Amino acid sequence: MSLYLDHNATEPLDPEVRAVMEATAQERWGSSQSVHAWGQRARAALEEAREQAAVLVGAQPRQVTFTSGATEANNTVLKGRALHPGSQGTLLVGATEHASIRGPARYLGERGFPVAEIPVDGQGRVTPTALRDAIEAHWPVSLVSVLWAHNETGAVQPIPELAGVCAELGVPLHSDAVQAVGKVAVDFGAGPAAISLSAHKLGGPKGVGALVCDPEALTLDPLLHGGGQERGWRAGTENLPGIAGFGRAAELAAQRRPAWAQWTADLRDRLEARLSQDPVGAEVLSGGCERLPNTSCLVVPGVRAETLLMALDLEGIAVSSGSACASGSLEPSPALQAMGLSPERSGASVRVSLAGSNTAEEMADFADRLEALVSRLRQRSSAAG
Amino acid sequence: MQACRPRVVVAMSGGVDSSVTAALLAEQGFEVIGVTMRLWDGPATGKGCCGVDDATDARRVADRLGIPFYPVNYSAAFREKVIDNFVDEYQSGRTPNPCARCNQFIKFDQLLRQAHDLDAAYLATGHYARIDRSGARPRLRSGRDATKDQSYFLAVTPSEALDSLLFPLGDYTKDEVRAQAARLGLINADKAESQDICFVPRTAAELVAERGSGPGLNPGEVVDRAGNVVGRHKGAAFYTVGQRRGLDLALDHPMYVVETDPHSNRVVVAGAEEVFHERMEVSGLHWFAEPLASAGRSAEVKVRYAGRPVSARIQPLTGDRARVTFAEPVRAVTPGQVAAFYAEDEVLGGGWIEAAA
Repeated sequence: MSLYLDHNATEPLDPEVRAVMEATAQERWGSSQSVHAWGQRARAALEEAREQAAVLVGAQPRQVTFTSGATEANNTVLKGRALHPGSQGTLLVGATEHASIRGPARYLGERGFPVAEIPVDGQGRVTPTALRDAIEAHWPVSLVSVLWAHNETGAVQPIPELAGVCAELGVPLHSDAVQAVGKVAVDFGAGPAAISLSAHKLGGPKGVGALVCDPEALTLDPLLHGGGQERGWRAGTENLPGIAGFGRAAELAAQRRPAWAQWTADLRDRLEARLSQDPVGAEVLSGGCERLPNTSCLVVPGVRAETLLMALDLEGIAVSSGSACASGSLEPSPALQAMGLSPERSGASVRVSLAGSNTAEEMADFADRLEALVSRLRQRSSAAG
Repeated sequence: MQACRPRVVVAMSGGVDSSVTAALLAEQGFEVIGVTMRLWDGPATGKGCCGVDDATDARRVADRLGIPFYPVNYSAAFREKVIDNFVDEYQSGRTPNPCARCNQFIKFDQLLRQAHDLDAAYLATGHYARIDRSGARPRLRSGRDATKDQSYFLAVTPSEALDSLLFPLGDYTKDEVRAQAARLGLINADKAESQDICFVPRTAAELVAERGSGPGLNPGEVVDRAGNVVGRHKGAAFYTVGQRRGLDLALDHPMYVVETDPHSNRVVVAGAEEVFHERMEVSGLHWFAEPLASAGRSAEVKVRYAGRPVSARIQPLTGDRARVTFAEPVRAVTPGQVAAFYAEDEVLGGGWIEAAA
């Protein structure tokens, strides 16, 4: 059996995306910086992809800068903000941010820049009140960064409300929208000053992403200096096949989202209804707030997630848990800890994340196997006493 | 007929021994699952965080063998059971044995349970020791290669664990294992042996110094048996019985540490002839089969890894303790080390050395 239920980690490349990438690599191999026809053909593909990405999030094409992925976009926002001559004050980041925000925030903190965290509630959300309190406590604040939707729990932050608080206090808001985009409505125009995107979470290629930024609302220094690509915002010859693939993936995600969301939410809700009952008796995390339709983060009492992941993998089923360190071994999830979970509960949490291609039969098969496995493991641990 | 293949979890370090272990079992038809234990959670010193290099090497071997591979995180248990104990022992004037502790509390406890959780019938390691399954119960025997035999470190392994353990290298010499690695095309056939405490990027002295508080960490006096001050030391917790190097003494003949007392921060030295012991007391007594009869018994005893066994008489004391009287004096019997009891090549059991006289 082979069942991949880890779509928040990455998605397979969509065949339509691959076709665009192959055609671009074949026919648009010129440099977008060149004056001649080869350059112009490359430039046309680049700008078309920019328009496609912009449409997906309701932004202007000129606000889209392509990067090597969301990690680069997040690093650009934090470091580019800290190093910008005009910026002053604390970098405020949510307590459940992805490593690609926590990493640069910790680095900047070690280099003497003021950095602080905004606490989350038990659902993992930054409330408008908590944001207002944090901004006032750490005033002046140069930037707020809050993940749009959480990769582990799927919790969706109230970004329009948070953007309202930031606008009122005159602080720019950045949001890592990698998990949200294509899964829930992401409207750049009604929300933050900048968002980060990644292609491979949308059926696009690895190694491509974008920073969408309104330069009037948020001034940054570039991370990479060099040639004039991306209007000087991001030097380096563009990964054009990847960018064209990203554009096509963005277009497909926008078309597919309504049906996708309904289908995955239906599968997810039925799966959760079953796994919440005996014998698994799972607890659904962030179940009390808006979540990504395809994401389920389950605490399975009395079972170590590390063991569950390995045992499921040996049966050909892919799910995930926590975050992996450089050696690949699991660490306790800092996000779940920030939500107030004990080490025991966070160490017993597994994430299931679905695709539109998953079926009800697959879900039933998965639930059968999980129930059998959990029963066996609990029996063993009670026998061991 | 995949379902008929017995499943075995192999503890892989990325080194040649555990790599050959995994490869041999795969060749013998086992369904092999590789795991690497992440044991260190402290900051790196050059070696990379959390054993990244070892895990990468092990993963490459697993890729080569086409077996599933998982890193497992035991850093919290390792710190509690091995590292903290390691420093505690030095600060109590004893010399810890982290390999035996790791076997007893991590490999043959946590990892063995993990293997059973994965529905594996066996856990295999690259130890040079044998488990003889020809009789009614499995018997632990020394490895065929006397120069590599690691049965000493296994003497305090829980008896019931033997049922589930495989040591495929016990019938091989180190040279034969290297030849196997070359035959199997394993990339790490010439990789260096692990040193100090494996997976921990610290020396013993660094670990003790990192504790930062408690007895025996400050410079003090080195005294002889009569109490005469003969030199200075860096802190009694940094020394171990039998040690000669690292002593800065103004004496014309070699002196050895015979006692460390971190609480009074005193290191006692004596001449070579005074480092010998006639008997010792052992705690945490463990026997694989019959417990010790009240009349006691004779056995061959090893008091350190690198040493030949000595004939001795073992007499029970109260609880899980015993007195061991050697047939001939033994050099530098060191509290904190394992005492392993043998009858020829069979390991009968073991215990922890408490005191020597």
